[in-house]
Amino acid sequence: MKIQLRYFASIREAIGSGSETLETAAATLAALRDELIARGGAHAEALARGRAVRVSLNQTMADESAVLTEGAEVAFFPPVTGG
Amino acid sequence: MNARVSIQTEDFDLSAEVARLRADEKGVGAVCTFVGTVRDRNDGQSVSTMELEHYPGMTEKAIEQMIDEAFTRFDIFGARVIHRVGLLQPLDQIVLVAVTSAHRGESFQACEFLMDYLKTPAPFWKKEQTPEGARWVDARVSDDAALAKWGIVSSNA
Repeated sequence: MKIQLRYFASIREAIGSGSETLETAAATLAALRDELIARGGAHAEALARGRAVRVSLNQTMADESAVLTEGAEVAFFPPVTGG
Repeated sequence: MNARVSIQTEDFDLSAEVARLRADEKGVGAVCTFVGTVRDRNDGQSVSTMELEHYPGMTEKAIEQMIDEAFTRFDIFGARVIHRVGLLQPLDQIVLVAVTSAHRGESFQACEFLMDYLKTPAPFWKKEQTPEGARWVDARVSDDAALAKWGIVSSNA
């Protein structure tokens, strides 16, 4: 399936890009994160397990157990610091 | 109906926003506002500028949901949230929360609730420029704790 990926703040800077379109077979957000980590390089470092990474699915904060669907918009970012 | 949420680079005028929120609402007896501003110090370092990044679309959606939640919890007439993004400097206004109600208690509470809520599920990130270079601001566990007092579990930080 085809999905839209977004990166923000320190994760966007580390990866060097704010968005990409991805063809993936990942069933869940956790599997998607693992797939991106497996690319190595900046992705592996920015999204490494044990780092504080938050994720949203279709613009709503999500748990990594959430299921991916065709056309989904997924974003990875550090803990938020607004207000 | 006036917009409840604005994400903007421009500054805002507190008096104008309050006037708009109160307009023709004869039942309003209390207006409570909070304005957040940029400090020149944070975590022991001086801050020369602050850059605010956000997730367009999700930010507005998240804040609209917070306001809906405020309306279900408190007996309020209106609510308005403005959050600035982009490059800001010490003394600049960053955020406005304004709430109206018949009596003061409800608007005081709703204003604090919205501000506590804004600190965690809304996708904003602050980057500070300090003498030692730029740094992303760390999320605070105390902000999760502030939300917990309203019975909302947050594990942002």
